[in-house]
Amino acid sequence: MAQINPKLGDVAANMALYEAGVRDAASQDVDLVIFPELSLTGYFLRDMVPDVAVRLASPEMERLKALSREVSLVAGLVLESEDHRFYNAAVYFEGGEVRHIHRKVYLPTYGMFDEQRYFARGGRLRAFDTRHGRLVILICEDLWHPSTVYLAALDGALTILCPSSSPLRGVTDGAEQDDNARYWELITRSYAETFGMFIVHSNRVGFEDGVGFWGGSGILDPFGHTVCKAGYYDEAFVAGEVSHEAARRKRTRAPLMRDEDVDLTIRELERIRRE
Amino acid sequence: MIPTNVSLMRRILVAFIRNEVRKVGLERVVVGLSGGVDSSLSAMLAAEALGPDQVLGIMMPYRTSSAESLEHARLVVEKSGIRSATIEITAQIDAYFEVFPDADPKRRGNKMARERMTILYDHSARWDALVAGTSNKTELLLGYGTLHGDMASALNPLGDLYKTQVWALGEAVGVPEVVIDKKPSADLWEGQTDEAELGFSYREVDELLYLMVDQRYGRTELIAAGFTADFVDDIARRIMTSQFKRRLPVIAKVSHRTIDRDFRYSRDWGK
Repeated sequence: MAQINPKLGDVAANMALYEAGVRDAASQDVDLVIFPELSLTGYFLRDMVPDVAVRLASPEMERLKALSREVSLVAGLVLESEDHRFYNAAVYFEGGEVRHIHRKVYLPTYGMFDEQRYFARGGRLRAFDTRHGRLVILICEDLWHPSTVYLAALDGALTILCPSSSPLRGVTDGAEQDDNARYWELITRSYAETFGMFIVHSNRVGFEDGVGFWGGSGILDPFGHTVCKAGYYDEAFVAGEVSHEAARRKRTRAPLMRDEDVDLTIRELERIRRE
Repeated sequence: MIPTNVSLMRRILVAFIRNEVRKVGLERVVVGLSGGVDSSLSAMLAAEALGPDQVLGIMMPYRTSSAESLEHARLVVEKSGIRSATIEITAQIDAYFEVFPDADPKRRGNKMARERMTILYDHSARWDALVAGTSNKTELLLGYGTLHGDMASALNPLGDLYKTQVWALGEAVGVPEVVIDKKPSADLWEGQTDEAELGFSYREVDELLYLMVDQRYGRTELIAAGFTADFVDDIARRIMTSQFKRRLPVIAKVSHRTIDRDFRYSRDWGK
């Protein structure tokens, strides 16, 4: 996880951070590096969205493909479609190719967030196969909806990659971190243990217009144990091992996904929709 | 109860100052020192973020300002090791009010606050620095400040902290005890205190504001929580009528893209 502090609206400067991240990964024999949500562009883009958007044929995409010849990577960027919709997207690059694109499906538009004003909503959530196993990408708020994690598990993914730009907010007495960091750590741990999956969370740091991003990137294993964890608020590069043996052991001990009754869920969901 | 997690607030605010100052290519801030807890805390947080050498505290007394205020500001300078300057504002204020001798204390106070603002901004240009603000959340919500005067700044580390939190954090970062313990005052006339002028104590109003603003309690819930209906209504009205102080001037919409309505960019655009 490359816990970086991107410059708001400066794609060239952020591409340099990506290059440095990939170099760090290569020098540490890391196979896959995950950059935070919208870290190629910065987060509070507002009217800048069309100015920093890339298309599949853009030179930036070629640059990222080239970087992925060395190390697989997940980039967080604004992706423009042929019919000029702008998506908050995370793109998985491997072996010089785009392997998967996830367009954020849950765009927070409340409180301090205004994503649906600027972005089109993604309409798909798919697991995909890579050199590093079957993965699902969920961007930030996507992960706050338990349905996405449930679908990821049913779709056969053993690992969720979650790039985020999660802002710190809420000060509570007795807590070491802000309230939002506390909540993230609670749900990622619960998801990892409940679904018997690895959760790889890559969060950014820095400030935009006074709003800080808390960092604290890390990996949780299927037992809910911390594999690795970056510090809070400061830039970091942190790596850990995602071992399929651990997933196998957890799922052998508690084969909940094996026992999951998809037909029951579908029947009841259809009834709920009908009613 | 308002949370006063001083170690977390301190960490956030120091990182905020460091980040927001450096990203515009600068290393320094200037801050107006009144001798009160807000400006003392703002200066000391800036010193921690950027180093005391990169912070200039300016004391700007008027001839009727209390000697104690100046003495307290000097204590803060000594304790924090920041740079300092004293610039009297008496001559220019008196020259102006010679023309308007009937001006009431409020007009005079506002004029002084705005005079101090122009000095801070001039020194920020002179010294390649940003002006650090000192308005806390209580003042901002109540509108208890001078628009374009003490409310003006480039970055404000205290704007999301209630006075109760400012006191707690001030104690943690080492603001001199005498500064924390004294009664808050805008020092506009002899013996003035904020709480006498406002008609309630900061601790009392902070508890109400915290529930009303942060926790979004409704009127009925606030009264059930023990606040009188009159107090709740008075504070709600103060917040509403001072909203203009927390916004840019209104712009008449003519085009398809009007600044801050449908021309929307973050302040840190490109930074």
